[in-house]
Amino acid sequence: MAQQIFAYILHKNGVADDSALELVAAAKKIDAGAKVTAIVTGTGAPLDALCKEMAASYSSVWKIDNAAVAYPNAEVIRKILVKLIPKGSILLCPHNTFGMDLAPGLSIKLDASFVSDVVAIEGIDGSNLKVIRQEFSGQVSTHILCDISNGAVVNTRPGSFKADESKSAGGAVTDKSSEAGDLSAKRRYLELVEAQVGDVDITKSDILVSVGRGIGEKDNIPVAEELAKAMGGDVSCSRPIVDAKWLDKSRQVGTSGKTVKPKVYMALGISGSFQHLGGLKGSPFIVAVNKNVKAPIFQVANVGVVEDMIEFMPVLTEKISESK
Amino acid sequence: MEILVCVKRVPDTAENEIKINSDGTDIERDDLVYSVNEWDNYAVEEAIQIRDRVGGAVTVATIGDKDSEEILRREMAMGADKGILISDDAFEGSDGKGISKILAAEVKKGKYDLILTGAQADDGAGQIGGMLAAILDLPYASIVNKIETVDSKKIKVGREVEGGNQEMNEIEMPCVLSIQTGINEPRYVGIRGIRKVASIEIPVHKAKDLGVDAASVGAAGAKVKRVDYFVPPAGKGADIIEGSAEEKADKLIELLKAKGGIK
Ligand SMILES: Cc1cc2nc3c(=O)[nH]c(=O)nc-3n(C[C@H](O)[C@H](O)[C@H](O)COP(=O)(O)OP(=O)(O)OC[C@H]3O[C@@H](n4cnc5c(N)ncnc54)[C@H](O)[C@@H]3O)c2cc1C
Ligand SMILES: Cc1cc2nc3c(=O)[nH]c(=O)nc-3n(C[C@H](O)[C@H](O)[C@H](O)COP(=O)(O)OP(=O)(O)OC[C@H]3O[C@@H](n4cnc5c(N)ncnc54)[C@H](O)[C@@H]3O)c2cc1C
Repeated sequence: MAQQIFAYILHKNGVADDSALELVAAAKKIDAGAKVTAIVTGTGAPLDALCKEMAASYSSVWKIDNAAVAYPNAEVIRKILVKLIPKGSILLCPHNTFGMDLAPGLSIKLDASFVSDVVAIEGIDGSNLKVIRQEFSGQVSTHILCDISNGAVVNTRPGSFKADESKSAGGAVTDKSSEAGDLSAKRRYLELVEAQVGDVDITKSDILVSVGRGIGEKDNIPVAEELAKAMGGDVSCSRPIVDAKWLDKSRQVGTSGKTVKPKVYMALGISGSFQHLGGLKGSPFIVAVNKNVKAPIFQVANVGVVEDMIEFMPVLTEKISESK
Repeated sequence: MEILVCVKRVPDTAENEIKINSDGTDIERDDLVYSVNEWDNYAVEEAIQIRDRVGGAVTVATIGDKDSEEILRREMAMGADKGILISDDAFEGSDGKGISKILAAEVKKGKYDLILTGAQADDGAGQIGGMLAAILDLPYASIVNKIETVDSKKIKVGREVEGGNQEMNEIEMPCVLSIQTGINEPRYVGIRGIRKVASIEIPVHKAKDLGVDAASVGAAGAKVKRVDYFVPPAGKGADIIEGSAEEKADKLIELLKAKGGIK
């Protein structure tokens, strides 16, 4: 393949994001023999250390050291990438809050195609890259052909590609700092405000009774609380429940909420979006209760119950109490 | 402040089971219930609140067919001042870039300080806001869950990042923001509210009104093409417990006890 492949490495003070090695795997799906270049921006010693680490996994590492990108402001990093990346290249990026900020606009500036939230790459098909995406909250999948003759920006879903740990690239680090160009931007990073802690710490719970939009109304929350009490667990939830202010933000499971690692996770009326499942770690025993047998949550659950949760919760609570 | 909010009509996936048509080219759209994209309601609510604080006007715009007019009316019933339906056969089959080009042309016809989109829509791409900003050469912030007006030249915005942390930024206007759910509590719209705006004229803008080259958008201009829809072969999947609700509960309790799910 004639096109060069790049990967943008996201990190926090030199500690690589999980996506760093997932992108190696994704690049190999595009072209098994590809020599992939990692682009790493940041500043100081942590950046140097990370570049060295990445050279084990990437054939080439481009380092951009500048105080202006000590915090990854996508508006600045986009400018750097437009300057550095040759026209017609393919750039891989994680589809997380940074990638969503950076990539769509970058594809415009590079005049390249854009395909986001890619869950699988099938390979090159003529002048196209064939990938798989999901739509309608994961209820259906689609094959997408993305014309790469002018290059492409490809955002991959976190966790969809198994990290390539082979570390056999033996790459070299090149300092590209002087080529970064003008780094002024009309958006200035101010500070990071940490999420508030709530009344319970669901990250420490062994048993979680987690409710989603299927709960229907606020008045049903106590019914879930009863169930959690009977099981000896805590109530957690998906995002719409927090948006509706029915439960506190500290109870939200997912990428923009808490990462939990219970022994048992009971998901009631939750469809199973990747942002929700992204907050579930440590392979718990997952029970899904959903009235739609096709809900994506049944793909990841160990056990499924197809029922209306409003009717099922009290039955379960009562039977548990009886069985004690 | 002059604010434009981009809104999209989408099938309501919480209420619908999505089925694929017989040849796999599309989903079965006939029986679907449509509504405005969840994220867009929050964007419109935010725009209305800003207008009520500092003055100005809120315009809602959508690219779609005749059926999309209903969502414009819904958002006008919420309190948006104007609606624009952007509609042309030439727009059909546009990819994200096509949609963004068309919206950019609409933005250029007005004089907006703030352009809002949802953080994502039914395709889950989350692409339009960022593309629109880049085409217009305006600053952009995605997944915004807080907006503070500062002065006539800049605002402060919070971006919701991983773990629910909030990244505060200062951004110059005009700018484009993609709005995250939870930023506010969108007001309820009743039938009466919609009836009130039923007779307001909604202008329709076509490709030639916007000076959009029809060949650069629509299916002809699309570089990203959907080949088919499919349901992935079921993986291991969950063991589905059968029986009456009571029987299911009994079986589930046994399993839960074995896995430490009942203390
Ligand atoms: C940047 C970003 C970050 C995000 N972060 C998170 C996050 O951290 N956590 C999170 O959860 N989401 C997050 N989301 C939102 C995510 O994309 C989904 O919108 C959300 O997870 C959907 O929640 P849900 O499953 O409760 O609702 P839906 O997807 O609407 O699913 C509801 C489910 O309930 C079922 N149901 C309905 N009624 C009943 C009933 N009576 N009985 C049984 N089942 C019923 C339906 O069949 C459906 O499967 C994020 C989105 C973005 C863009
Ligand atoms: C029949 C059909 C055929 C299609 N064919 C293709 C194709 O061949 N290739 C392809 O890539 N895509 C195709 N699409 C998808 C279409 O191009 C998408 O609508 C487009 O990509 C933008 O939606 P999104 O969900 O990706 O937006 P996102 O970027 O996820 O949405 C974010 C925000 O952008 C704004 N927005 C999105 N769409 C609109 C709109 N129409 N009007 C106003 N504001 C909007 C809203 O504020 C929304 O909240 C097709 C769609 C249909 C229905």
